[in-house]
Amino acid sequence: MNKGDILKEFYAGLAVVIRNFDLVKRYWKWEIVFFAYTIANTVTMGFVGKSMGGGNRTILYMIIGATMWSYLSVLFEVLAETVAWERWEGTIEYTFMSPMKRITHLLGTCGFAIVYGMLRTFLLFIIVAPLFGINLGSMNVSATLMVLAIASISFTGFGMMGAVLPLISPEKGVQVVHIFQAFILMISGVYYSVNVMPKWMETLSYFSPATYALEAMRKTVLNGEGIWSIMDKLAPMALMGMLFLPLGLFIFKWGERFSKRKGFLKRNG
Amino acid sequence: MNSAVKVYNVKKYFKKTGKLIEALKGVSFEIKRGEIYGLLGPNGSGKSTLIRLMSTLLYPDCGRIEIFSHDVFEDENIVKRMINRVSVEASFFMKLSAIENLRYACGIYGLPFGKSKEHISNMLEQVGIPKNRFNDPLENFSRGMQQKVAISRAFLTAPVLMLLDEPTTGLDPKAKREVQSMVKDIVREHDATVLLTTHDMEEAEKLCDRISIIHHGKIVAEGTPENLKERYSAQTLEDVFLEAIGVKFEEADEDE
Repeated sequence: MNKGDILKEFYAGLAVVIRNFDLVKRYWKWEIVFFAYTIANTVTMGFVGKSMGGGNRTILYMIIGATMWSYLSVLFEVLAETVAWERWEGTIEYTFMSPMKRITHLLGTCGFAIVYGMLRTFLLFIIVAPLFGINLGSMNVSATLMVLAIASISFTGFGMMGAVLPLISPEKGVQVVHIFQAFILMISGVYYSVNVMPKWMETLSYFSPATYALEAMRKTVLNGEGIWSIMDKLAPMALMGMLFLPLGLFIFKWGERFSKRKGFLKRNG
Repeated sequence: MNSAVKVYNVKKYFKKTGKLIEALKGVSFEIKRGEIYGLLGPNGSGKSTLIRLMSTLLYPDCGRIEIFSHDVFEDENIVKRMINRVSVEASFFMKLSAIENLRYACGIYGLPFGKSKEHISNMLEQVGIPKNRFNDPLENFSRGMQQKVAISRAFLTAPVLMLLDEPTTGLDPKAKREVQSMVKDIVREHDATVLLTTHDMEEAEKLCDRISIIHHGKIVAEGTPENLKERYSAQTLEDVFLEAIGVKFEEADEDE
């Protein structure tokens, strides 16, 4: 690829990011509704933590689970529903017949999901924290940001794999994405430690990047641990990112070829 | 290079509720550079399947399609830069404005935002969209206006081959006439080659240099409108269709 081609791909990726923010702006009423739903969920989890006793630490344990899950869900959903959304809007054929490379398309979607997810999570925390008088005095900020960055990469690959489902199954794909998401929620220790699960489920949890992200986040926020002491969580997460990103792209491209053979690459209706 | 499009023996099958449907049964034709070529056929005859094959959205089960000597499937990325399309549905993000939709359309073809801004405004003005509507959501536009924005989207990327898939279906007579004359003007101005699918005989006769009649996934007649009428001793293209197929056009619709 020469410099001109790289620039073209850059503009294409940026166009995807800007289009998604344009859509957020135009669907602002729905954004408020979904954000209110996330706040209610997070606050509920905070009260569950409070009712369990243990004070600030238990409340924070639950709120970290809720906010981190909300962030990872945004990443996963934005990516996984990118095809379903365009199919519903009717623009899918135009996006897929454009010369933009598929990796640019997907990375543009990821870029939007990360920025949007971070802003949303930050706002969520600002709203929820005062309600419980949360004390973040012991948080290690740089290590927390590192966890977020690596978790984003590994979850992005996961999302790409999920995105193939609506591509190859226009009718049921989105529902299967939600089942997959619920399964990750169950095994990743979002609201409980993974060692309370049966052994076989605990083994499954090691294949989810969310498990490492949550454990690492709790260590940096609750105990103030630094990057080196959470390396046992960061390393597998980074490894999963390196594996899942190319694998996600490969699976998505396979799904695209399958759809082109079967005639699935078209709008609804 | 005189040929813009070469379609050789293209076949496409779909499986629908366990049944194998032959959408295209060995279609071959050629479009010359700068020509407006019409593909005339009833619903379900295979017109849209052909357009989707040329748009790189479908793989054929057999045969080959070349666009300016590039194989659509082997040189997919080169072909994608040469083509654009207007379909029967305007296919926009309806909550977004004309500017926002076209900015996205330019971006995914690698056009920088600074340059495309002026280009978009000029194009929208050229198709007759009032300046004060540029930032309105497209859901508030009439079908005719949406189709005009769709035409400007297609020409923004300067395609050498334009695929027009029933661009005037569902438009009122005034909007239809406007879109037809716009197509003719813009095509000449941009020196583009056009494949137009339609089931509007008048439109085909008015716009196309040559016409193919497609039925049951097969080309059954090809020629200039005058040539076809002469060959079948017919007064209108509808009569040509009746003579070539043996059924009246409106009775020939099939399930898509």
